[in-house]
Parts: sequence; structure tokens; C-alpha cells
Amino acid sequence: MEFALIFKILLITIVFVITLVVAMYSTLAERKVAAFLQDRIGPNRAGPFGLLQPLADGVKFFFKEEIIPTHSNKWLFILGPCLAMLTAGMTSAVLPWGDVINIDGVDYMLQGTDINIGILYIFGVTSIGVYGIMIGGWASNNKFSLLGAIRASSQMISYELAMGLSMIAIVMMSGTLSVREIVEQQDGFNWNIWYQPVGFIIFLICSLAETNRAPFDLPECETELVGGYHTEYSSMKLGFYLFSEYINMFISCGVIAAVYFGGYNFPFMHDLGLSDNAVAILGVVAFFAKIIFGIFFFMWIRWTLPRFRYDQLMKLGWQYLIPLAILNVLITGAVMIFTK
Amino acid sequence: MLAYVFYILSAISIGSALMMVFSKNPVHSVLYLIATFFSIAAHFIILNADFLAIVQIIVYTGAIMVLFLYVIMLLNLNSESEVSKSTIVKVAAALSAGLLFLVMVASFKESVALPVSEVVPGLGSVKNLGKVLFSEYLLPFEATSVLFLSAMAGSVLLAKKK
Repeated sequence: MEFALIFKILLITIVFVITLVVAMYSTLAERKVAAFLQDRIGPNRAGPFGLLQPLADGVKFFFKEEIIPTHSNKWLFILGPCLAMLTAGMTSAVLPWGDVINIDGVDYMLQGTDINIGILYIFGVTSIGVYGIMIGGWASNNKFSLLGAIRASSQMISYELAMGLSMIAIVMMSGTLSVREIVEQQDGFNWNIWYQPVGFIIFLICSLAETNRAPFDLPECETELVGGYHTEYSSMKLGFYLFSEYINMFISCGVIAAVYFGGYNFPFMHDLGLSDNAVAILGVVAFFAKIIFGIFFFMWIRWTLPRFRYDQLMKLGWQYLIPLAILNVLITGAVMIFTK
Repeated sequence: MLAYVFYILSAISIGSALMMVFSKNPVHSVLYLIATFFSIAAHFIILNADFLAIVQIIVYTGAIMVLFLYVIMLLNLNSESEVSKSTIVKVAAALSAGLLFLVMVASFKESVALPVSEVVPGLGSVKNLGKVLFSEYLLPFEATSVLFLSAMAGSVLLAKKK
């Protein structure tokens, strides 16, 4: 019991540290990918291949002047970035990072907690994630920030619907709301993407919109709104907002990998002749490989597609994605009844 | 242990509900209401109703309150734009709220505690809740969905009317 508790605390700490490190290096990867796609070299001054660039950025953020505008609402102005960071870090609790590891005859689960409503928990945290942006944008007392905040909230509400509907098809197929059980059912190469390609595309588009990534980065659209909701922010508070976006990207790639790409499962995992523990560790590596490819894909999209106009964004969400997602649910249900 | 958690949560929910009523700024009111909803969700978790707790968070805090906050921000309401009410309205409001409070106190005065039912495994689970909803309470469940549909149709009709 004692060791199980220590193991859990250790696991949660490691997951938190990995989340931060991945988010940190995503900022560098973003610039490297941008440079690669635009035929440039990218940052290469700080350390070998620019590997110390995220550290330099962090130091810069900490030493910049901290400005709280006089007309702003001080406490809410501070609360905004804190909430953004908090909600970004919460989802990782229900993601299964790997299969069970057996030490001295006791099984240890490589997951924060396996609650029976894991999928709903993810949606709950996603739906409150917008408060950080809204509160920060409103408390700045600046019309550009306010417009950014309002855009963020309506965008979130619109895309959450289609996201939930595309997930319902998965829940119908697997008959469970636990993320671990959904992953266990995708054993080997039996991934959900082969059964739900339309649902996957809807979920991917909605994830881009929920994480405020291009082409859906309307809340911080710099050509219209200066900096959007973080116009008035400086120093580490701005850093928190930018950082939470990368954490969100990491987590949503994790959700996509777990739900559609089999999580820690990989092809021929039972034919390698390795012990269960070795397969579990390889599974963790496979899961992270999927997440990192997902992050690269998000960046690829950002540097390829131009930003949507706001009415196009709303039209795509309400007139195309939601009807398509409902149709997907209906077809999934019909196929399930006829193949039973 | 659980009793202390219950007392702390109750203090948070009642305190933030009172702050919601007393704060002048509409945005602060909404934020206190969000805190209230969160503590109520925590109460559901104590009662072993995980599903209700998470639905409380998704529907109330995640959707309805975001829309509330959205509308208040869009209209840019603040404490200065609140119109002052006449004395007679204030007296009437205080009277009616006091009467409502009296009725509630009276209804609780004579009540007796119900016997505590024994804990069934998987009491608040989604599976059991779904079974109960789609067998025992099917008619009320379907009637609620018709209610939602009519509300939706009504709002579309209102929006279409120029």
C-alpha cells in the first residue's frame, strides 16, 4: 500500500515534468518546423542546434518588466493566466500512458487514475479551459482583449458540440466511458481510426479549434486584434498563456492518440516474444511517438493553412461539422444494429 | 474526515452563493456562481454520483455559465450601468424573499430524516443510471427531450422574426 502510494505520487510528478518539458521544447519545435517549411534554418544560436533556446526564452520572460494596467481588475488579471495553466495541466490525470507494469508480483498501472467517466472528465476540463482566456481578456479592460475573449468563448461553445458528438460514436462502439478500457479494446493494430475515419477528422478539426491553434486562432488574431486576449499581458503572465497553449496541444494530441490511434498499443506487440514489462515500456515509447507526430501535424497545419474569417469559422462549426457528426452517430448506430 | 470535507464544501458553496447575490459587478457575480456550481459538483462526488458531478461541470460551469459571461461581456455591463431601484421595489423584493424563506423553513421544521439506504456497489455509475432512466423513468426522460426541442424551435423562431 505504502509503495503503491509512493509509485502514484512519483508517476504524477514524472507526468507533470514530462508535460512541461514537451511543452517547452514544442516552442522550439514550432520555430524549427516553421523554418523547415519556409526553407530557413531557424533558431541555432543558443546551444547545439538551438537546443537551449527554450531556456533562454524562459529567462527572458522572467526578467521582463511586469505590467499590470491601472484600469484593469487586478486580481482577475492575475487569475486569468493561472486558470489557463491549471486547466491545461489537469487533463493528463486520466490519460493511460502505458499498460500495467509488474514489480515483485504487484501490478502498477501507468496512469494517474482510471475513473469510469474518463472521457467526460476530459470534456469537463476542456469546457472550463476557456475561463482563463475570458477572465484575462475581460480584466485587461481593453477593447481588443475583450473582443479576443468573446471570440474565444463563442468558438469554444460552437466546437465543443461537434467534438462531443464525434466522441459519442466512439463511446457507442466501445460501450465504456473509461479511457483505459477504450485503449485496451484497440489491441495491436485494431485502432479506432479504421472504424471512425469521419469522427476522427471532426475530432481533429475541433481539437485545433479548442486549443486556439491556427487556422482557428481567431482569439489572438494579430492582424485584427493586436494580440487578442493577451494584448495587455507582459512578462511571465504572457509566458503562462503561451505555455498553456503548448500544454493543451500536447494533451489533445495525447487524447487523439489514446482514443483513435490505440494509445500504448502498437502492431505485432504480442509477437515479439518479449516479457510483459518490456512490451509495456515499448508501449509507452509508442504512445509518445504518436503524440509527438500529432504535435508535428498540428504545426504542419499551422504553417500551411491561412486563418479563417470569423463567419467562416462559425459556418464550418455549426453548418458542416455538427450535422456531419450527427450523421456519423446515426450511421454508427445503424451499422452496430445490423452487424450484431 | 468526510464530515469535515462536507462542512468545508458547504461553507464554500453558501459563501460564494451569498457573494454572488451581494457583489455589485455582474462579472463578479457570474464568477461566484461558477464557484458555487463547482462546490455543488464536489458534493455530488461525496455522494458517489460521479456522473452527475461531471455533468454539472460540463453543462452548468462549462456551457451555461460561459454563455452568461459571454452575454455580460458583450453588453459590457458593470457596476456603474446598474440602474438604481426605487424604495418600494426594494421593500417588495425583501418581503417576497422573506416569505419564501419562511415557507422553506416551515417545510423543513416538521421533516424527519429518511432512513439511509444501504450502499449498493456501482450506485452512481453511468450504467445503472442509464438503465433506470431508460426503463423506470422513460416517459419523463422523453418528455424532457420534447421540452428541449420545443425550446430550441422557439428560439429559432424568435431569431428568424425580423
